[in-house]
Amino acid sequence: MLKNKYDVVVVGGGPAGSMAAWEAAKGGVSVCMLEKDRDIGYPVRCGEAVGESGLRQFVEIEDSWIAEKITSVKLVSPNLTSVDIDFAAETGYILNRRIFDYDLSRYAANAGAEVYTKAYVKNVLTNNGQTNGVVLDYLGEEKQIQAKIVIGADGLTSRVGRWAGLRTLVRMKDMESAVQYSVSNVDIEPNKMIMYIGMNHAPGGYIWVFPKGKKFANIGIGISGKYSKHKSAQKYLDEFMDREYPDAAILTTMCGGVPCAKPMEKPVANGIMLVGDAAHQINPMTGGGIVAGMKGGWIAGQVAAEAIQNDDYSEKGLLEYPKRMRKDFGKNHERFYKIKEATEKLTSEELDSIAEKVLSIPHDKRTLTSVFKAAVFKKPTLIIDVLKVFAGV
Amino acid sequence: MINIRENRCDYCGVCVSVCPVDCIEVREYSIEIDHPVCIDCDLCVEICPIEVLETHAQE
Repeated sequence: MLKNKYDVVVVGGGPAGSMAAWEAAKGGVSVCMLEKDRDIGYPVRCGEAVGESGLRQFVEIEDSWIAEKITSVKLVSPNLTSVDIDFAAETGYILNRRIFDYDLSRYAANAGAEVYTKAYVKNVLTNNGQTNGVVLDYLGEEKQIQAKIVIGADGLTSRVGRWAGLRTLVRMKDMESAVQYSVSNVDIEPNKMIMYIGMNHAPGGYIWVFPKGKKFANIGIGISGKYSKHKSAQKYLDEFMDREYPDAAILTTMCGGVPCAKPMEKPVANGIMLVGDAAHQINPMTGGGIVAGMKGGWIAGQVAAEAIQNDDYSEKGLLEYPKRMRKDFGKNHERFYKIKEATEKLTSEELDSIAEKVLSIPHDKRTLTSVFKAAVFKKPTLIIDVLKVFAGV
Repeated sequence: MINIRENRCDYCGVCVSVCPVDCIEVREYSIEIDHPVCIDCDLCVEICPIEVLETHAQE
């Protein structure tokens, strides 16, 4: 039963929240995770693509999570030149987030974290500038929970972050305006993801086709807020669907924002930590946030447990969390951000000629590295950072 | 003045995260704009992927 006091309260039951709750519980402190919806994992607001090695850092991968294994990518340039590239070392998955998220919350629960759904947090409690709990509606009643640390895993809008006065605002150019259809009755190759790039397809972003089983796929688009003024993401996507998949049945429409920004400088305040989308923990080049958010939750959960053992939940103490994040992949995040900015400058003509150049490489010799090498060849000044990241991949 | 066509809304909150004056409140299944605080910058209109928000010319 919901108590009125825990060491750590996690607001939000996505992957970042579950990882935070799991790690904090493993660290021996009392933890409660509060999810506003009826179910963990639903509704889904995600393309559901994830890399195997990224996921394996945290969990053994269960078959039931996987809708489709991805072993190659088809990149389509503005003039519809398409290049197929097999993944060399890396395998990808399109997940069933509904099952995946659910299982992560079970792992947290099995480690001792309490999990409550239909628990809608509507404010934080503070005392002398120190957050020390939350106010929530639970089963029709207003409740207060005292906590030494509140972890905000409450997504893009992070109300926890705003209540704590943290700067959660995202600049328009760094915000992807995104919409996705889950569609059936589409003929797509198995095990291959498709990405359409270029200003005509998705300015400042891309269109994705992620297969999820027989004749079934997540098809979505993200466009940069820099370009979304005159034509909405949905208009771009609908034009694409009419052209490429006119017979698709749209079973679900979901939309959202993807902050493709630099990492948040300070995702902590006195008694507060933000994780996942709330802390903009998203690979700014791909818009992928599952692994980055899990890493955020994983580290935040550990730091929270240590902070409670050391009896220091001040902002200063909790700064250990962003410090470890930076140590772990901070540089990569910055680098991916630079690559995003650089590749955005490529014109449609340049993208087409890069695609042509890669096509001239025999299929079995093509790698993602060869794409970037071709890009560097066409635009050496812009893509210098790419090789730093992908050399050796 | 920003008009909300709420029957289109998916309550994703992308508008909230670009609002420079923090005048939009998206809850579970509701969206509200605090009009006196709103500065009519239209960023929310621009970022909404499914055209829920629209600029409503004042009389």
